[in-house]
Order: sequence, then C-alpha cells, then structure tokens
Amino acid sequence: MNIIVCVKRVPDSESRIAKAADNASIDTQGAKFVLNPYDEYAVEEALKLKEGAGAGSVTVMTLGGDESKETLRTALAMGADQAVLLKGEPSVDGLGTAEKLAEAIKGREYDLIVFGKQAIDNDNLQVPVMVAELLGVPCANVVVQLEIDGRTATAHREVEGGHEILEFGLPAVVAAQKGLNEPRYASLKGIMQAKKKPLEEIEVGDAESRLEILEVTYPPEPTAGEIVGEGADAVPELVRKLREEAKVI
Amino acid sequence: MSVLAFAEQRGGAVRQVAFETLTAGRGLADSLGVELVAVLVGPPALSSEAAGLGKYGADRVIFAGSESFEEYAPEGYTDAVAKAAGQTGAKAILFPASAQGRDLSPRVAARLGAGLATDVTQVSVENGRIVAVRPAYGGKVLFKVGFKAEPALLSLRPRAVAAAESPRDAQVTTLELDQPRELTKVSTATGEQKERPDVAEAEIIVAGGRGVGGPEHWALLEELADALGPGTALGASRAVVDAGWRPHGEQVGQTGKVVAPPLYFAVGISGAIQHLAGMRTARCIVAVNKDAEAPIFKVADYGIVGDLFEVVPRLSEEIRKLRSQE
Ligand SMILES: Cc1cc2nc3c(=O)[nH]c(=O)nc-3n(C[C@H](O)[C@H](O)[C@H](O)COP(=O)(O)OP(=O)(O)OC[C@H]3O[C@@H](n4cnc5c(N)ncnc54)[C@H](O)[C@@H]3O)c2cc1C
Ligand SMILES: Nc1ncnc2c1ncn2[C@@H]1O[C@H](COP(=O)(O)O)[C@@H](O)[C@H]1O
Repeated sequence: MNIIVCVKRVPDSESRIAKAADNASIDTQGAKFVLNPYDEYAVEEALKLKEGAGAGSVTVMTLGGDESKETLRTALAMGADQAVLLKGEPSVDGLGTAEKLAEAIKGREYDLIVFGKQAIDNDNLQVPVMVAELLGVPCANVVVQLEIDGRTATAHREVEGGHEILEFGLPAVVAAQKGLNEPRYASLKGIMQAKKKPLEEIEVGDAESRLEILEVTYPPEPTAGEIVGEGADAVPELVRKLREEAKVI
Repeated sequence: MSVLAFAEQRGGAVRQVAFETLTAGRGLADSLGVELVAVLVGPPALSSEAAGLGKYGADRVIFAGSESFEEYAPEGYTDAVAKAAGQTGAKAILFPASAQGRDLSPRVAARLGAGLATDVTQVSVENGRIVAVRPAYGGKVLFKVGFKAEPALLSLRPRAVAAAESPRDAQVTTLELDQPRELTKVSTATGEQKERPDVAEAEIIVAGGRGVGGPEHWALLEELADALGPGTALGASRAVVDAGWRPHGEQVGQTGKVVAPPLYFAVGISGAIQHLAGMRTARCIVAVNKDAEAPIFKVADYGIVGDLFEVVPRLSEEIRKLRSQE
C-alpha cells in the first residue's frame, strides 16, 4: 500500500490571531505552529493502513516554505517513511494549492492520497476534493470510517442528520474528519529516526490565487444581554421576551 | 449571462438551504443586472419540483435528471453543474455550505478553473465586482475577499441568509447529459436518519453542556426541543461529546459545527471561548446556568440564573402553553 499524505503547517488553534498592519493579511508573529490537527488523523490513518497491509510506504507532502520542514518532521516522527517539500506559497483559495499538489503527485505511484478535511488557518475545506477532480480519481470527504479490501474502499462520511456510505475503487482520495482514529504520539525513538529519514525538496513556485483578501476584520464583540431573573419563576418573563421583543418563538 | 444557484435536494425533497441559496442569488443577480438560473439535479421524478423554485426568485430553472442521481453522485453532479454554468455564461455560482455543497463546490471550481470562497456569510457587488465575507481561523477573523476572475464560486453558510420569497414564473429547461461519470457510489446509511434537523441548519438549537449531568437527563432537552417544534435540533458542548453522552455530529464550536440559528439555548454550558466560536453569531442566545459568573452570560441576549432541572421543565411547559394558544 503506497500512500501519500498531504499536510499543512498552521497556527495552533489556541494561538492569538491578529490582523497585520496592511489590514489584509494575518500577523502570525508569536503564533505557535503545528501540524494541522485534521492532518494528524490523515497521517494516523495512512500508518494504520500500511501496517495492516504489511507492506508499502507513507510519503508526507506539503506545499510551503522552509519552515514547513518542521511539520514534515513531525509526521515523519509519527512514523511516515519519507517527506516531500514542494517549495512555494500556498494559494488563498484551494485551487492553486491543489494544482501544485496534483502536479507533484501525478508522476508518483500511489494507492491512496489522504488529507485532513480542513486546514484550520483559512478554513477552506477545498483542497482534497479539488486534487481528486484534477487527478480524475474518486474522493471521499469528511470521512469518519474507512475500510479497504483489496482494490475497493468503503467510507462513511458525515452528512446532515447521519452518514453517507461511499464505495469506490483505488487509487482514490480520502479526507479525514475527527473521529476517524486516535492519532498516535511521536515516540522519542520516532523523533530521533525522523531526523534521518529522506526529505526531498522541489522548487515548484507559488500557487496561483484566484481570490484576494481585500480586508481582514474582527467579528463584532458580542454584547451581553440581560439576566431575566433567577430560577423557574423567571421563565414566563423569558418566554414573553422571546415572543414580543426578540420575536423568535 | 447569469447567476447560477445550485438548488440542493436530498431524497427527492428540495432542502431549506436551496431557498437560502436562491435568495442570495436573487440579490446578486439584481446587483449584476443578470438573470438568476436555478440548477436542480436529481432523479427524473424530481422535475415536478423544478418550476416551484421560481418562488424564491429563480427566473429560470435548468433541470438535470438521471436515473443515476437517486443519491448524490459527485462526478455526475459536477458535470451537470459545470455544463449549466457554460450554457448560461455564469458570472457567479452559489452553493450551500452543506455536506453536499462542500463536496460539490470544490469539484466544480476545479473543473472550471475558478476561485471558490467557502462558508460565506455575506455576498455583495462593489464597483461591479463580487465580494464576499467569510470567517477564517476558526472564526477569530473575517476575510473580505474579492475574485480575480469569473465565474466566482461561493458556498453560503446555512442560515446566514434568511430565505425570502420573490415569486416569478420560472421556465424549466432540461439539461442534456452525457453518460454520467460514476467513480463513487453513494448510499445513505440506513437507520440513521433522525427526525430532527441537523444542528448546522436548524432554526432553533437546544444545546446541553456538562451541567446537564449525564446522557440520562437529555430527555429534558428533548422535551424542550419537542415543545419548540420540528425545526429544533439538539446541540452539545465538547465536554458532553468527549464524555460520550452525545454524538460528535451534535458538537457546536471550534472543533464541531459553526451554527447561526435565529435562536440558541445554551443549557448548563459555561461558554468557553471554543464553544462561543461556534455559536456567537446566533441571532438570539438564551443561557440557563446556575453560576451567575459563567462567561456564557456575556454573550447571551437573555439569561436565567438557576438550576436547569427546575428551569428547563418550566420552559417546556410555558412554550407548550404558548403553542397551544396559537
Ligand atoms: C483545541 C480545543 C478545541 C475545543 N473545541 C470545542 C468545541 O468545538 N466545542 C466546545 O463546546 N468546546 C470545545 N472545547 C472545550 C472547551 O474549552 C470547554 O472545555 C467546553 O466547552 C466545556 O463544556 P461545558 O460548558 O459543557 O462544560 P463546563 O465548562 O464544565 O460547564 C458546565 C456548566 O454547567 C453549569 N451547571 C452545572 N450544573 C448546573 C445545573 N444543575 N443547572 C444549571 N447550570 C449548571 C456550570 O455552572 C457550568 O457553567 C475545545 C477546547 C480546546 C482546547
Ligand atoms: N499547502 C498545503 N500543502 C499540503 N497539503 C495541504 C496544503 N493546504 C491544504 N492541504 C491539505 O488539504 C486539506 C484541506 O485543506 P483546506 O482545503 O485548505 O481546508 C488539509 O487538511 C491538508 O491535508
């Protein structure tokens, strides 16, 4: 089983996010960067599948700058075999990034390409499906369960009010949702080994952005409303307000 | 030239998000001075629903029917929407940011080589150019984005735009389809369809937190949801989902769903920043918490300080009373 996992370096969800002086980009100074949390599920799933198959390799790939090597090393420390850094800037929307990834993947042998469902910086939820469309292979998105039997795969994905079951042949694209698995922690040994694993660097140039950010603003601070009262006795007044003031019931 | 709106249906029923998409599309089409074309994709029998889309502002409807569209068919739908976009000279294509829309819109974008803005909460035209506002970084910031070329593709966050009627006589034309591509076979998991709407699309959400005390007490919240009516969904904090009391599909917040319903009840939820990230844009927030200092009261429009085991049953009772008077 040869698996490619696409990962991205993103600010940790706890990081404070501020707009930059130009009001049209993000100031990431002081942010702590991590392997995108949904990509941890992707790496874990790839490792599990390879272990289950008893043979093959897991390649982690990213489009980014030199600083993304750290992210690749994190995935190598979890157990991936090798890494590819596509050197270039990702796009604002998903397509430019997907084009660079698809281009790099085209010449490689793979049975499966695994993604996270979403990078938690731009929250685009676009790249996996786009890569599948560009490569002309099937795709299961927002996957919470995956089974592979020979050359066919069955995936469960989250939809409103339940699950859809997708059946498709390999090679294919799968994008991981939380709940797919429990990502492992890198062991000390894994971290040591990661330093020696191959990390290929390819200059690919910046991805094309079809969107531009015109302005970054903060969402309005919510304003506290009123405490209607204490205990069950306050309920009739609350219901009256919901009906007459807020007009929501 | 046109604005194209993807009218989502599932199981043969046009979904609420389709009306929201059409409403946003109507506004955009008026600003651009072009017609609004709805594209409806599904099994042949669905054609009876097509003309009805005129109610929400479609000037015309393109229907793409096929036996292979009984369930969502990713590749076939992509081809149908891309073809409709070509035929109508679409300047913009709108999708709902639903499970289906989130799968379909990036495919169509890749097919057309077009830019896509996901999870848009506002769309407008400035100096002839389509611009959209969308949250990023888990809702910590808002991006105002512009498209460098057309068509502009957008997926709209459910409930961000209220569906509004703007009736007209919509003519229906049928899209000729080639043999649909089918790389992925989709079926609906049986026994999973709940009668309540999904938390991301509900009109009202009753969300419970750790304060509810255990899964056995959820009957209280269900009772309240039933009293409020069929558009009501149940939601949960992460503490509750992590404890296994409720399924992950109900989680609201940074690592769950982002919701924007007209009315949100936070019951026994403290109001951690990661929870607020998922529901702060609800139009009206009601909090029930026994701790007057709980941060949820800082965002709530209305609060009751008290024991939820006393407040919630009374609330259900009062709302039932109100409903029975209607
Ligand atoms: C990276 C990250 C991501 C996260 N993502 C999410 C997310 O998506 N969604 C989310 O919700 N959280 C998320 N969290 C967790 C979040 O920080 C909080 O831990 C969680 O929201 C707390 O849930 P709670 O409000 O139900 O529980 P608690 O904070 O324990 O609050 C329980 C509340 O119930 C009240 N209470 C208790 N008994 C009663 C009673 N009888 N009557 C009335 N009130 C009562 C208490 O006063 C208290 O305010 C995330 C955290 C991290 C670090
Ligand atoms: N620059 C990138 N390099 C490699 N993979 C990426 C990159 N950006 C996004 N991805 C992958 O695509 C998924 C979805 O990202 P997005 O569409 O940006 O939300 C992520 O979880 C990653 O698996």
